[in-house]
Amino acid sequence: MSGDFWGQIFNFADYPELLWLVRNSILAGALLGVVGGLIGPFVMTRDLAFAVHGVSELSFAGASAALLFGVNVVAGSLVGSLAAAVLIGVLGARARERNSIIAVLMPFGLGLGILFLSLYGGRSTNKFGLLTGQIVSVDNPQLLWLVVVSIVVIATLLVIWRPLTFASVDEDVARARGVPVTAISIVFMVLLALATAVSIQIVGALLVLALLVTPAAAAMRVTASPLLTPLLSVIFAVVSVVGGILLALGGSLPISPYVTSISFLIYLVCRLIGWRTGVRDAGRGPIVRRERRPHFASSTLK
Amino acid sequence: MTAAVVSLTAATLGFGERQLWHRLNLDVIPGEFVAVLGPNGSGKTSLLKTILGQQLLTSGTVELLGRPVPRGSREIGYIPQQKLLDKGTPLRARDLVALGVDGHRFGLPVSSRLVRDRVDDVLESVGATAYANVPVATLSGGEQQRIRVGQAIASRPKLLLCDEPLLSLDLHHQRSVSELIDAQRQALGTAVVFVTHDVNPILPFVDRVLYLAGGRFRVGTPDEVLRSEVLSYMYDTPVEVIRSRGRVAVLGAPEGYGVHDHLEHHERTSGVVG
Repeated sequence: MSGDFWGQIFNFADYPELLWLVRNSILAGALLGVVGGLIGPFVMTRDLAFAVHGVSELSFAGASAALLFGVNVVAGSLVGSLAAAVLIGVLGARARERNSIIAVLMPFGLGLGILFLSLYGGRSTNKFGLLTGQIVSVDNPQLLWLVVVSIVVIATLLVIWRPLTFASVDEDVARARGVPVTAISIVFMVLLALATAVSIQIVGALLVLALLVTPAAAAMRVTASPLLTPLLSVIFAVVSVVGGILLALGGSLPISPYVTSISFLIYLVCRLIGWRTGVRDAGRGPIVRRERRPHFASSTLK
Repeated sequence: MTAAVVSLTAATLGFGERQLWHRLNLDVIPGEFVAVLGPNGSGKTSLLKTILGQQLLTSGTVELLGRPVPRGSREIGYIPQQKLLDKGTPLRARDLVALGVDGHRFGLPVSSRLVRDRVDDVLESVGATAYANVPVATLSGGEQQRIRVGQAIASRPKLLLCDEPLLSLDLHHQRSVSELIDAQRQALGTAVVFVTHDVNPILPFVDRVLYLAGGRFRVGTPDEVLRSEVLSYMYDTPVEVIRSRGRVAVLGAPEGYGVHDHLEHHERTSGVVG
């Protein structure tokens, strides 16, 4: 009984053969890790973690529709996530508006997705996979899509990196210096939509955050260097996805619990490290707070 | 005659029936330090937005270096109201300064040797070398504002726009940040437009004052403008200006005199209800 239980989670019989079969998925997973790791720090500084979740649910709806109508699933999820990103970008310029827009879109997307899946008569693993991720679902033509979209996202991110950083941490000053803040924010939402759509193919709609947010959040716990943050974030994301795939191969469970567990574990370790080394940071907190209060009444010139 | 860095000609700005300023003429020349004073809602920040190309004039013209203002410019260094950066912002102090040099540039995110050297120089000149590699969000308000001055002057702009940069700093930091800004304009002839509600920390440096109140304005040296008769006329009520030991105090100015204040308040309230 308990042997069965563990056998479902870890079972490494015929492992080398399996590994060879899914080599393409592992490569795709690594590439997705790079995408998630690079875009993650911007998701954090732009406060878009909740938006990622909203985009992923509409992306799920698009993918299920594609499954139902028998068209390319990656294309379907791209359409869904782009629509969501545009809606969120246009309607939710301010943080509070944005959150309510997302909260409205999310259940709608999830509901639509479930509708399409219920109508879909095909293999049930396909259905479940869109929500919780799977490895072998990715066939070669889809893989090509994933690779192309991932490369587009990575290349664009690198090119707009500096102005995007400027606009993300310091919008007013960036605008004053002539950075096209609005255009950059639209481009970023599109990139986010693309990254979400491809991530769904591996980790599933419910767990995209484990790829697009957790690794960056972990990295930002241990460093504030603008070079080290994305680097660590990429390493964490790649380790999570590839490690997750490798572990999932030896068992009959979906890939996502492995990916999410690894990335959560990394996050915990980083928090611990950040907590131990962040003594200076913690010590400064009260000083900052004290300075925000006016020290004296400067009622001189009104 | 030196060509003006900023030039407002018959500039009028109004929202609906309310005029913030009417036919304002102002030329700011290189190396000049202009303080913009006035009560809340008198259009001080709107003036900066106009120069930044983010606010269109109702009538008149505004030029930067002899051309109509673009939407933001590399020739402008901008120091915003002190707003602490979010904790966890993945930037060190030096990175924030570097954004002032090449933050607008597209392309691979690798700063050149030239940029890095410039950043080191700037950090030294604002006295921030000691915390150059510290996460900027963990710095105190005064330290962050020094970094912001560094960021604004790092590209050696022709014009520094300062929007209440001393707000919520203690006296010591108010003085040091003002001195940094003054040193920059002395060294490089940068024109400075400095919006503030308290002129005292910058009084030793100010060449001219632009005083906005009640839809009226006055331009002149501090001695010409900061006088009881002038401000009484502008506020339309008896106001007393007292100068003592190099400081200026205005007594009797109606609090929140700008009509715009009420407008803003009204909008805010209805926003919450609706």
